[in-house]
Amino acid sequence: MEKRRIRVSKRKAYYASKIKRATHLLFYRRHKKPGVKGWELRKALGSDYPKVLKILDSHLKAFDLQVKTVFEEEKPAEKPTLEQLDKARFYITLRGELTPKEAKMIGWRIDDLAGLAITIAYIISKRGKAPRKEVEELLRDKLPRWKVGINVDRYIRYGYLTQDENEQLYLDWRTRSEVDQKALIDLVLSTET
Amino acid sequence: MQSKRKRVKIGREKLQRVIEMCMAVEERSLDPFLIDVDEIVSVIKEYFPEWDLPEDLCLDAETIHHLASVIKLQSEWVKHRSTSLYTDPVLLEEKLVRIEKEEIVEVFLKAWHPIVELEQISLHSLAEAIRYWEGLLPLKERWKEFPSAEIETVPATREELIRQRILRDKAFSEELENFWQELKNQVKEKEEDGKIRYWDFVGAETYEETVRRAFMTSFLVTYGYATLEIHPLEEELFIKPYEKPITKIGKRQLVSIPIAVTTEDWLRWKRGELE
Repeated sequence: MEKRRIRVSKRKAYYASKIKRATHLLFYRRHKKPGVKGWELRKALGSDYPKVLKILDSHLKAFDLQVKTVFEEEKPAEKPTLEQLDKARFYITLRGELTPKEAKMIGWRIDDLAGLAITIAYIISKRGKAPRKEVEELLRDKLPRWKVGINVDRYIRYGYLTQDENEQLYLDWRTRSEVDQKALIDLVLSTET
Repeated sequence: MQSKRKRVKIGREKLQRVIEMCMAVEERSLDPFLIDVDEIVSVIKEYFPEWDLPEDLCLDAETIHHLASVIKLQSEWVKHRSTSLYTDPVLLEEKLVRIEKEEIVEVFLKAWHPIVELEQISLHSLAEAIRYWEGLLPLKERWKEFPSAEIETVPATREELIRQRILRDKAFSEELENFWQELKNQVKEKEEDGKIRYWDFVGAETYEETVRRAFMTSFLVTYGYATLEIHPLEEELFIKPYEKPITKIGKRQLVSIPIAVTTEDWLRWKRGELE
């Protein structure tokens, strides 16, 4: 009985130190882009890093935060393989929702956020690719003309969008990490206009 | 019965049209199912026996390549439609146009989970910074290494300017006159109807000197000291000095004649190939 207790407490201490390390890695930005690759976590935490992240995620629930996994390709339908996890990128994101007031507090004006939402939804509707001209045309309906180009450039700079040499816009890494695309489309369609 | 030539011509036109159609679908994100793959395959099959020339076989391969791209788009289209993300784009666009700013923000905030990230100094980097600061020399000491040069302004003499190649030792007009004399002397020596081949006059021992002479020659012509005589059929170019500079051009229209003085031409002239 005593042996078992000692074993359990040793394991707890082991995971507690791993969780601390994982928290440091995930919260503090180490690269140009936020987030940590799976293989980096494996190197720092050991091969059982998915379990460490699971425990961390359950701890973060109380603070309305979560460990978000963004796979390199589409999210696997079944349990992801270790290889897929190694290639994936892990972030700490908000679990719930922000209120409009809170969004303002983190530096977003309502106009800019509305523009971003419209742009993302439009690109999703066009199967992930839309000409910049069309997007700007759509935004001009609600935003001042001079602001539209600046805003699109800003969305690109932040990593929400990317643009190719033919001025086609695509969704970039930040949208994939932060936006629940299906929820967004469902919510837009369910609005009464 | 159509002749072989006519069938080949029709076949080429048909394949070209297929390629254009496929490209339109690829580039404009049109519905890939607008293309009837079976029909196109039958057209490709029908004309394949007619192709003998490599160009036609390339056209055939290009058609198949574009058709394959369209088939890939069709497969992606089906895949997308089968996912939960598929919605009617027209319907969605309609909603996006009508939705109010406040409403879309409210909707977006429900689907948006921004990343939490901290850009904060750590104890480790703080210690590094302190070590750097301790090793950093005071500005007074660092600036000693780069004493600022004292600049004094004094008037420059003409000789100094010539030495620095800002001025030339002769006035340009004087130099041009001398050059004109040289041209007249060379023409006299050659005794060729008062003219000399352009390259025989311009060509020099070095390429740099040749370019300089070509530059001076252009001024001789522009300022009326000489004229160019061009024999286009023989591809010959002569320069002909005037006895006196001609200042009035009269009603004749002035034309610019670009003459390339490349290293290749200069080397050919040196080898005696520019006769």
